[in-house]
Amino acid sequence: MIRHVRPRYLAIQVESEDTLEEEDVKEAVWTAVHQLFGEYGASKAGLFLVEYDKQKKYAVLRCGHKALPMVHASVASVTKIKDKPVSLHVLRVSGTLRALSKKCRV
Amino acid sequence: MTEFADLHLCVPFRNTEQQKRLIAKSFELGYRLVGIPLPPNTSPEEVAHLRKICTDAGLDFVSRVDLAPKTTRDLIASLRRLRRRFEVVSVLCVSKPVARQAAKDRRVDLLSFPVARPRDRFFDRAEAELASESLASFEIDMAPLLSSEGFLRTRLLASLRREVTVAQSLHVPVTISSGATSEHLLRRPHDYAALTMLFDMDSSLALNALSDVPSTLVERNRQKLSQGFVAPGLRVVRRGKDP
Repeated sequence: MIRHVRPRYLAIQVESEDTLEEEDVKEAVWTAVHQLFGEYGASKAGLFLVEYDKQKKYAVLRCGHKALPMVHASVASVTKIKDKPVSLHVLRVSGTLRALSKKCRV
Repeated sequence: MTEFADLHLCVPFRNTEQQKRLIAKSFELGYRLVGIPLPPNTSPEEVAHLRKICTDAGLDFVSRVDLAPKTTRDLIASLRRLRRRFEVVSVLCVSKPVARQAAKDRRVDLLSFPVARPRDRFFDRAEAELASESLASFEIDMAPLLSSEGFLRTRLLASLRREVTVAQSLHVPVTISSGATSEHLLRRPHDYAALTMLFDMDSSLALNALSDVPSTLVERNRQKLSQGFVAPGLRVVRRGKDP
């Protein structure tokens, strides 16, 4: 059976001077999606923070395949977390977590 | 493999440490060619210094000058004085006459428009027609899009959407540059391509605007600035009597 919503996993590198908590990153991405696409867009994103490594500053986000461009744009648009300059870089996108970890080798 | 270019990396002119950091970051993010805006009175030594930093970091350096003339007379005078000294010439079009003159002048490579004043963005069909004949490219800086928010960003996105549609319909090349003044405003080329969906630009076109369009522009200008160049398709191969 064809799955209508196929997952996409995004490996994200968090660049900031301070160490950020998982909640901060999650909130920043959600806020960005809300700002750019509104509540309707955010509801379609199916956004979920799968993994966050505070030390390596590495996160994995999951979203629906149709919402990938929207989530990618939102992640790239994050410039501040808690009024501190931050940039989030999407390193890789994959359909499975296993393939993503193979590609990134973090 | 696609080589990405960023023709507008705004490194601070006299801060070597910051210059090195930004240039290294640019390389790390996947760019292989960077254009750095320089003041018109830059000495050749300062250009050589920046070129060395870029070469050491593994980047191809492109010298660029940003002109913001108030009148067409100023524009023409600046172009006459500076065209042969810089590989890329960009004009910030602050008035309609300047925008029209810049679009039809073959010495202008990049057309950019003020971000803060949407009424002063004169990139309409007439401008695009002139630009398409003179091979000038429409430049989009991504830093203002990242740093603005709320109503300002909404207005900017609306302007960009209209301008990109006009540029595509009249085959004006679009160049996407970072316009970044700090590392936190730099993004990977694919991240910029993703951001262009906000103004309805196709991602393949966006990637083209980050790679082929700027690379072709630089290559063409380097040929023009090379010693043997006479006219497009015509260059001096040897001088003096044939053997």
